[in-house]
Amino acid sequence: MEATNQKIELTVTVNGTRYEREIEPRMLLSDFLRHEIGLTGTHVGCEHGVCGACSVLMDDQPVRSCLMFAVQTQGHEITTVEGLGTMDALSPVQQAFHEAHGLQCGFCTPGILTTVTAFLETNPDPSEEEAREAISGNLCRCTGYQHIVDAVLLAAKKKQAAG
Amino acid sequence: MKPAPFEYHAPTTLDDALSLLTEHGYDAKVLAGGQSLVPMMNFRIAQPAVLIDINNIPDLAYINAEEGGVRVGAMTRHHQSEISPIMAQHAPLIYSTMPKIAYPQVRTRGTFGGSLSHADPAAELPTLTTTLDAKFRLVSQRGERWVPASEFFLGLYTTALEPDEILAEGFVPELPPRSGWSLQEVNRRKHDFALAGVAATVTLDENDVCQNARLVFLSVGDRPMYAERASTLLQGQALTSEAIRAAAELASSEEIDPGDDIHATADFRRHLANVLCKRALEQARQRAQGQK
Ligand SMILES: Cc1cc2nc3c(=O)[nH]c(=O)nc-3n(C[C@H](O)[C@H](O)[C@H](O)COP(=O)(O)OP(=O)(O)OC[C@H]3O[C@@H](n4cnc5c(N)ncnc54)[C@H](O)[C@@H]3O)c2cc1C
Ligand code: FES
Ligand code: FES
Repeated sequence: MEATNQKIELTVTVNGTRYEREIEPRMLLSDFLRHEIGLTGTHVGCEHGVCGACSVLMDDQPVRSCLMFAVQTQGHEITTVEGLGTMDALSPVQQAFHEAHGLQCGFCTPGILTTVTAFLETNPDPSEEEAREAISGNLCRCTGYQHIVDAVLLAAKKKQAAG
Repeated sequence: MKPAPFEYHAPTTLDDALSLLTEHGYDAKVLAGGQSLVPMMNFRIAQPAVLIDINNIPDLAYINAEEGGVRVGAMTRHHQSEISPIMAQHAPLIYSTMPKIAYPQVRTRGTFGGSLSHADPAAELPTLTTTLDAKFRLVSQRGERWVPASEFFLGLYTTALEPDEILAEGFVPELPPRSGWSLQEVNRRKHDFALAGVAATVTLDENDVCQNARLVFLSVGDRPMYAERASTLLQGQALTSEAIRAAAELASSEEIDPGDDIHATADFRRHLANVLCKRALEQARQRAQGQK
């Protein structure tokens, strides 16, 4: 089997900015985000789909960026944690995690924030059980999850209050 | 943890995909949702020289109600099945199981056809489609053929698919009136692959006598394990707790082949299979009786 040197022109929109890069097809989306365009907010834990740290949104739906090749995002829109809010203006979900202490070391947080942001769009008024289901694909080694669940429910309230 | 280099193709028609597959044969792999293939490539357990990405082919994702059942396109995402009212109405066993398969982010990408083609004996869809007697349409440049689930899953990660074939769609028959169904499984963590599980369907006559039963186990063999003798045993009987106990005993002692691993011993899996089988039959019977 001969190794290939194939390179592909990728055009993708990340957090509203268009990027064009020439990349190898084997480059994972997670590595593209971190190494090619410098968005290191997306974390990489297990690289086989289990931990959820790398979760980002593709066309507003949560996906594992370690289980996609960057070339597959051709023409799509990606949202990473950097696209949710700014330091001065946190998104309602970010603000809720801040207030409810939904994080400790923060390693799992970007994957959870993106996932929860998408979840609250389709389920704006979740029960506690639904909130737990929503984050079932995100491992956190610090918090014990209780404050994360609190933060999800608080985020829902904040979003509703904001209309 | 990085995949080996490969040549990437993203055809936009099924014909193009099939011609690429014919050309590259064993060197090529189809990329559907990537939720099983990409982890294996990251670990370099799989190192395909050529990847044929079928995500850009339109019209491979649909859930359509038809005479006698539901037709499901190969690229139907798990998430679509999870929220489909058609699936809920015509294949409630599949519909109600979808939330148990992996996590939200995996269900966004993972596909019906990918799960079947991957043929993990611990996966739910191979077992459910075997239980419901589904059939699959396999297409290649040579033509097409329908293969029943009972002849599709041949062993560990092994199916009837030839290297030049793509699974294009499945047809899942609807259960007759007065039928009930159930999927029972035990996982170490909710949404993980099950340590053991079983799907059951039963159809009752007007006197609550069992006309037909089907028991298929997951994670206790190299493929979905159809317990034919236990299923047949139930036919013509009222589904009393004694009848259910006898069927569960027979199936779990003689018709499965569980293995040992770090998660569970074979004996424990056998024990789970027995208990879960009873629960599944009870629930299926109750559901069937709930119908007029
Ligand atoms: C963390 C995690 C947890 C999971 N938990 C579960 C679980 O609890 N239960 C469960 O059932 N599954 C689980 N899965 C697997 C998931 O359901 C996968 O999506 C599915 O098994 C494979 O589907 P895919 O579309 O992603 O296929 P891919 O990964 O793209 O492909 C899998 C294999 O099938 C072949 N293939 C794909 N589509 C076709 C086709 N149409 N025709 C011919 N060949 C094809 C590919 O070449 C490859 O060999 C889990 C996955 C992850 C990452
Ligand atoms: S790094 Fe992607 S799921 Fe763990
Ligand atoms: S806050 Fe440390 S892993 Fe979740």
